[in-house]
Amino acid sequence: MQPGAREFRLWVIVRALVGGLALGHPPIAAGHEDLPMIEAHALTKRYGERTAVEDLSFTVRPGAVTGFLGPNGAGKSTTMRMILGLDAPSAGRVTVNGRHYADHRAPLHEVGAMLEARAIHTGRSAYHHLLALAVTTGIPRGRVDEVIDLVGLREVARKRAGGFSLGMGQRLGIASALLGDPATLLLDEPVNGLGPEGILWIRNLLRSLAAEGRTVLVSSHLMSEMALTAEHLIVIGRGRLIADTSVAEFVRGAAGTSVRVRTDDAERLRRLLAGPEVTVASEAAGVLEVTGLTSDRIGRIAADHAIALAELTPQQASLEQAFMELTRDAVEYQAPPVADHEGRAA
Amino acid sequence: MTTLPARPAAASGPAVRGHVTQLRVLHSEWIKLRTLRSTLVTLTAAVVVMIGLGLLFCAVSANRWPHMDRGEQLRFSAAGVSVRGFLLAQLAVAVLGVLVVSGEYATGMIRATLSAVPRRLPVLWAKAAVYTAVTFLAMTTASLVAFLAGQAILSSQHIGTSLGAPGAARMVFGAGLYLTVVGLLSVALGTLIRSTAGGIATVFGLLMVLPLLTEALPTTWSISEYLPSNAGQALLAAHREPHILAPWTGFAVFCLYTVVALAAAAAALKRRDA
Ligand SMILES: Nc1ncnc2c1ncn2[C@@H]1O[C@H](COP(=O)(O)OP(=O)(O)O)[C@@H](O)[C@H]1O
Ligand SMILES: [Mg+2]
Repeated sequence: MQPGAREFRLWVIVRALVGGLALGHPPIAAGHEDLPMIEAHALTKRYGERTAVEDLSFTVRPGAVTGFLGPNGAGKSTTMRMILGLDAPSAGRVTVNGRHYADHRAPLHEVGAMLEARAIHTGRSAYHHLLALAVTTGIPRGRVDEVIDLVGLREVARKRAGGFSLGMGQRLGIASALLGDPATLLLDEPVNGLGPEGILWIRNLLRSLAAEGRTVLVSSHLMSEMALTAEHLIVIGRGRLIADTSVAEFVRGAAGTSVRVRTDDAERLRRLLAGPEVTVASEAAGVLEVTGLTSDRIGRIAADHAIALAELTPQQASLEQAFMELTRDAVEYQAPPVADHEGRAA
Repeated sequence: MTTLPARPAAASGPAVRGHVTQLRVLHSEWIKLRTLRSTLVTLTAAVVVMIGLGLLFCAVSANRWPHMDRGEQLRFSAAGVSVRGFLLAQLAVAVLGVLVVSGEYATGMIRATLSAVPRRLPVLWAKAAVYTAVTFLAMTTASLVAFLAGQAILSSQHIGTSLGAPGAARMVFGAGLYLTVVGLLSVALGTLIRSTAGGIATVFGLLMVLPLLTEALPTTWSISEYLPSNAGQALLAAHREPHILAPWTGFAVFCLYTVVALAAAAAALKRRDA
C-alpha cells in the first residue's frame, strides 16, 4: 500500500463524522458507500445510431490519480457527462461515492468537475461565476477567493470570462471543481491549452489531491501526459474498455517487454534461449532482442552455460508505444463487432 | 498573464458543507441575472421604451385632441394611451426572458449549473421566480411613471385622468402584470427551445405574428381572443368589445398558456441530456 494509506483511512473517518453531523444523524460506521469512488456498471450511451459508450464497467478508487485514456472520440467526455448525470445512460449505471450523482444533496462537496467544453458564461466574471455556483450549496465567499488564488486568477477574477485564454479558462474550470473541497474530482482534458508551467502545476495539484485520499479521474488523449501524472489507467477505445490497470503493468502488458542482450556468443545463446513462448530477434551481429524471458532468467541461462554477457538490458516500451499498440488493436478488432451490431440493429 | 502559486495547496480551507435548497438556488440565479450586462441593457431598454413611447403617444394625442371627432374623443382612454409602450417593451422583456436560459446553453454554462443542482427543476423555478420578480418590479414602476408623466402631458388639454378613475389602475398595473407574464412565458420557451434565435423567434411569433395571421380568418371563428397575447392584453383594454375577453378572464387564459409552457419546460429540462 502507498505511504498515504494511513492518512487516507483517517480522512475517510473524519469525512464520515462530518458527513454524519451535517446530515443530522449519528455518525454510523463508515460503510462502503462512504468511500469516494466512481463505479460504472455496463454503462452504455447511444446518440441515435451512434454508440458513444458501450458496456463500460470500471471502478475509480481513492488515493491515486486515475488516467482516463483514449483517442479522440473514444467516449471519455460522454462517460464523464454520464457520471455527472448530465447525460442519461442508455443502459447501465454509474454511481459516485455510492450514489447516483443527482441523489447527492450537496453535489459540489461530493464531486468537483471540470468538463471539456467550457461550462462558463462568457459574459460573467470569473468571480461571479464561482460565486453563483458556490451559493447553491452555501459555500462562503471566502472560499471563492481562496480557489481563485489557488489557480492564480486573482488579477483577472473580475474580468469577463469570455476574454480568457484557453489556459485561463482551464484554470477557472479547475477552480470551480475545487470549490466544494470535494472527495472526488473529474477533470476532462485539463492540460489542454496550458503551457509547460501550467501542465507541471496541474500534475502536482492532481497528485497532491490524490495523496489526500481523494478520487481523481483525469481524461486525456495524450499517453505521455498520463505517464507522468497517473498511477492507474482506464483505457477506452470506441466506447469500450481496453485496459484497467496500473501504469506500470500497462506498459509491460501492452507492448511486451523485451531484453537486449549483447554477447560474443550470440548464436549459442540464441539456441539456448529458444522455447515456445520466446522470440529472439537480432538486428546487429552480437545483439539479441529477447521477448518472453526476464533478464534474470536470461542471465541465469547464460551463466549456466558460461557465456559472457557484455550487456543485459530490459527494454521498456514507451507508454506512447504501448498506447498506440492498444488503440490500434481497438480499431482493428473492435471494428467487426461494431459493424455486426449495426447490421443486426438495421 | 497571471502567476501560479508555487505549491498547490489543494484543499486549503475546509468548505462548509451544505445541501442544495430552493432558496440557495434562488440566490444563485439572482447573482447570475444581476452579473450579466445584457440584463441591465435589455431591462433599461424595456423601461425606456415603456416610458418614452407612452410620453410620445400622450404628446401626439394631446396635439390631436382638438382635431378629433366626437366618436374618437369618446373612445379615447387617457390611461390606456399612456401605457401603450408595452407593445414594444414586451419585445425586450421576451428577449431577456429567453436569454436567461438560452444564454446558458449557448455558452455551456448550463452544464455547470446542472452539475451544481443535479435535480434540475429548482433551477427552472429559480430562474422563473427571479426573472418574474425583476420584470414585475421594473415594468410596473415603468408603467406607473409612464402613466403619471403621460397624464401631466394630457392635462394640457384637460383630458388627463387619475389612478382612481374607472379602469385606470387595472390598465396601469395590468401593463406590469402582462409584461411579467410575457417574461415568464419567455423563460419557459427558452428552456424548451434552448437556442436564443429559435426561442426569440417563437415568442415573437406567438405574441405578434399569430394574432396578425388569425385576423385573416373570418371573425365568426372567434379564436383570436383566445390567442395568448390577445387574451393577455384584454387586461389593458379600455372598453368592453366583442371578440375581446373580459380583462381578468383574458389574463387568466394568458396565465394558463404560460403555466402549460412552464410545465412542458420542466418536463423537457428533467428528461433531456444537457
Ligand atoms: N451529444 C452528442 N450527440 C451525438 N453524438 C455525440 C454526442 N456527444 C458525443 N458524441 C459522439 O460520441 C463519440 C464519443 O465522443 P466523446 O465522448 O466526446 O469522446 P472523447 O471525449 O473521448 O473524445 C464521438 O463519436 C462523438 O461524435
Ligand atoms: Mg472529449
